[in-house]
Amino acid sequence: MNIIVCAKLAADVSEITIDPATGKPVLQGVPKIISDIDKSAVEEAIRIREKCGGKVTTVTIGPPEAKEKIKPLLAMGADEAVLISKPEKEDYSIVAKLLSEAIKKVGNYDIILCGEASIDLFSGQVGPQIAGYLNIPQVTYAQVIIAEEKKVIVERNLSDKVVVIESTFPVLISVTKEINKPRLPNLMQIMQSAKKPIHEWSIESLGIGELSPKVEVVGIDGVPTERKNIILEGEVEETATELAETLAKEGIF
Amino acid sequence: MILIYSDNKNNSLELLGKGRKLADQVKNRVLAVIIGNAGEPEAKELIAFGADTVVIAETDMEHFKAEEYADILQSIINEYNCETVMIGSNKNGKELAPRLAARMETGCVTDCINVSLEGEKLTVERIVFSGAAISRQQFASDIQILTIPPKAFYPPPKDEARTGEVIKKSYQPNSYASKVLRVQEMKSGDVNVEDAEIIVSCGRGLKKKEDIRLLEELAETLRGNTIGCSRPIAADLKWLSEDHWIGLSGHKVKPKLYIACGISGQIQHIAGMRDSAIIVAINRDSEAPIFKSADYGIVGDLYTVVPALTKAIKEEMSS
Ligand SMILES: Cc1cc2nc3c(=O)[nH]c(=O)nc-3n(C[C@H](O)[C@H](O)[C@H](O)COP(=O)(O)OP(=O)(O)OC[C@H]3O[C@@H](n4cnc5c(N)ncnc54)[C@H](O)[C@@H]3O)c2cc1C
Repeated sequence: MNIIVCAKLAADVSEITIDPATGKPVLQGVPKIISDIDKSAVEEAIRIREKCGGKVTTVTIGPPEAKEKIKPLLAMGADEAVLISKPEKEDYSIVAKLLSEAIKKVGNYDIILCGEASIDLFSGQVGPQIAGYLNIPQVTYAQVIIAEEKKVIVERNLSDKVVVIESTFPVLISVTKEINKPRLPNLMQIMQSAKKPIHEWSIESLGIGELSPKVEVVGIDGVPTERKNIILEGEVEETATELAETLAKEGIF
Repeated sequence: MILIYSDNKNNSLELLGKGRKLADQVKNRVLAVIIGNAGEPEAKELIAFGADTVVIAETDMEHFKAEEYADILQSIINEYNCETVMIGSNKNGKELAPRLAARMETGCVTDCINVSLEGEKLTVERIVFSGAAISRQQFASDIQILTIPPKAFYPPPKDEARTGEVIKKSYQPNSYASKVLRVQEMKSGDVNVEDAEIIVSCGRGLKKKEDIRLLEELAETLRGNTIGCSRPIAADLKWLSEDHWIGLSGHKVKPKLYIACGISGQIQHIAGMRDSAIIVAINRDSEAPIFKSADYGIVGDLYTVVPALTKAIKEEMSS
């Protein structure tokens, strides 16, 4: 079984602050991390390989420094990694196109896994776009994946119902964060992962011509979070009464 | 032509609200699509709400599937020269739109909370960074595909006198190597956090499932019976069903009053409740980030604060 996992280098949203002077988010210096839900996709890939055999390859777009961020995925148990160089301009379609071409270059794939969305932009586009470019079946929001030799059965979580889908290979599956708890590699695994290959591929090596964005970001503004921030202090009964009175004044009751 | 499609009726009407306005601005027409075996009355209703043309795409498919639905929409987009395609942003719409965009090699933006024309350019806004920022994006492609979440726009007024064209046609999508085996309804109560006016919400500060009772008493006193929760309570501990789950990957709520009990206030939780009118936080850690997102905070053990608050509110109400 050949499994390819798309793992995004995403901005660590918990480190993003809003500049009070400009009202814009400060993105400079915000660390990049492998998107949480993509880690669940890597974990799921490893579990499928443990059951069915095969190989797990991760694919990431990023600068050369991103290798350090990919190593933990190899330590978790992925066999190989691909790092595609960052394009000058990017939008959802460019990212999906680059990943699709890299997936084709890895070749011979059965299952492509990715997270339902990335923690920073949460657009959820890349999985279905890759499936669209490759023109293969897709299953999104997977909460359970049962892989067999020639097919896979997936539970798709739609919040109010579960849709059970069966597909042969190749298939693209996007997973929810709830599908599993990604393992923490031990020291031994971390050391061994140093020997695993990280292939660095340039955009030219994927044989793609010029990529022009179909969507452009024209501005980003911070969302104002003006709250009263009043902390009521004192004995429990006092603060509770004060809060009840305040809520009454606010017209809640 | 502006095409609108959602498999959710209310969402379709909201899309018509926005679609109609955009169309009127540039003297364009609105085409609404129903996939499945709908009848004339359903189509007529979409016309009354602003559609000029309704295409009922008849298929023998029993369930939604993005692959086949994308093929059907692609045929309709080509047939009627649609430039702007607005799709309802539930989980089906969110997997349909990007697939369609890739099949057609065109631009797509999901979860647009605002849509406008700036000059010639279709400009949209979407929330990024877990709700910390809003990104404005412009399409550079001839065909623009966007998804729109529920309640982003108002349905237009209904006008029974409006007339339009209803076209029934059967479509044969390509066949794909995947199929729906079954659909299971998930068990859920009658909770609808998205419409609730008062929500009392719990997080990992709660020690056991039975203690939810404390919050229910507070909620009942406030005459709002709605209990919300953070992700771990629904996803990991499963003390409450997923329809109570609030946040980035849960429900987005905007009640008059949101009381967060034992919730730390990570940005992914805030993303779901930041539009609440008044936010109250009860947490024993004075450094908890929830206090930065709250109007009123009480630093203390929820096991003493919540019952005291219930009692104080009862007294306040009867005074
Ligand atoms: C991609 C992604 C999506 C996510 N989506 C969501 C989402 O949709 N919704 C969501 O909620 N989270 C989401 N999360 C998780 C989020 O980051 C937090 O982990 C989660 O919200 C924490 O839940 P909590 O506040 O209940 O628990 P904790 O962070 O463990 O906080 C518990 C709090 O309770 C307080 N406490 C403990 N005991 C008491 C007591 N006796 N009295 C008073 N206070 C007490 C503690 O001081 C602490 O602040 C997501 C995360 C990721 C990465």
